[in-house]
Amino acid sequence: MCTSIIEVVGAEGMAKRGDEWFALTQAVVAYDHARHAPLGDVITLDFINARLDPGARAGIELTLESAKELRSALERAISAAEFEEAEVRGRGAPSLVRAA
Amino acid sequence: MSFYRSMTCENVTINGDNTTPITAYVAKPSGPGKFPGVVLIHHLPGWSEFYIETTRRFAHHGYLAICANLYQRSGDGNPDDVAAKVRAEGGIPDSQMVGDTEAAVKWMRAQPNHNGKVGLFGSCSGGRHAFLYACQKKDIDACAELWGGRVVMGKDELNAKTPVPPIDMTKDLSCPLIGIFGNDDRAPSPEQVNQHEAELKKHGKSYEFYRYDGAGHGIFYWHRPLYRPEQAMDGWSKVFAFFGKHLAA
Repeated sequence: MCTSIIEVVGAEGMAKRGDEWFALTQAVVAYDHARHAPLGDVITLDFINARLDPGARAGIELTLESAKELRSALERAISAAEFEEAEVRGRGAPSLVRAA
Repeated sequence: MSFYRSMTCENVTINGDNTTPITAYVAKPSGPGKFPGVVLIHHLPGWSEFYIETTRRFAHHGYLAICANLYQRSGDGNPDDVAAKVRAEGGIPDSQMVGDTEAAVKWMRAQPNHNGKVGLFGSCSGGRHAFLYACQKKDIDACAELWGGRVVMGKDELNAKTPVPPIDMTKDLSCPLIGIFGNDDRAPSPEQVNQHEAELKKHGKSYEFYRYDGAGHGIFYWHRPLYRPEQAMDGWSKVFAFFGKHLAA
């Protein structure tokens, strides 16, 4: 790679290629030259299964601005999800009722 | 012979690093020869159509040409997907690239209509690889490095696969070098190209650098917005003149 900006993390989940869904092993985030988007440098996201053939890949190229918006959206959604997962509302609501 | 030379193209299998069989695309100009040879080292996007076309371009200009698939160990498939897998794996080891490229050079030297001269050609990561190979081996006669990123590397970029910055190998450069760079590039940046050139000067190496204004990375990539027709055509003329000079029998 011509830049060394690359992050590789383990990923659990699934991604789609064509009509087929496949299990993920890794997500790769990089900032490098675009291969497809009509742009210079881009944030690339690759969701892959390293145990399958190289075609087991969902690839995305985003402008830096789009990547920032995606990050914000992820943060908002994750915060809301963690709120749900912690059942804060579920625990909080009865206490409000009791207070009333 | 008509102005446009006919050629034969095929995939061949060569014994790469550690004798691992890998596929290489070759293009051979028609006629008895003897022809000079060019070994192409593909870029980070892999064994891509651009490199296959460029292999044929060299044959069209009267060179035996070969381009090995350096990413073959990561699987078969669309080169774009294979390259993404290689990226996830942290790239390929420099030592493996050297072994694979050496096999391509040997293939070239074994061709009966080869004139005994071999040039290396690589861009992007392939430019870095071409320079690195030319510093580690003495079996080539000229090297074309096009916008080679990470010839200059910080200590934090070094790892088991890329243990030594290529710039630190400059004293061992074994053949003349041509460099093509865009002044708007950031990898390599103009400052890094300055360092690269200073090191070549320091060790008294034969080199010629062409540094284009109004151009960044990937000047020759006609399918990308980075393409700069004027600079690309001038750059191509410089590459052909360089190989014409150093690869003549």
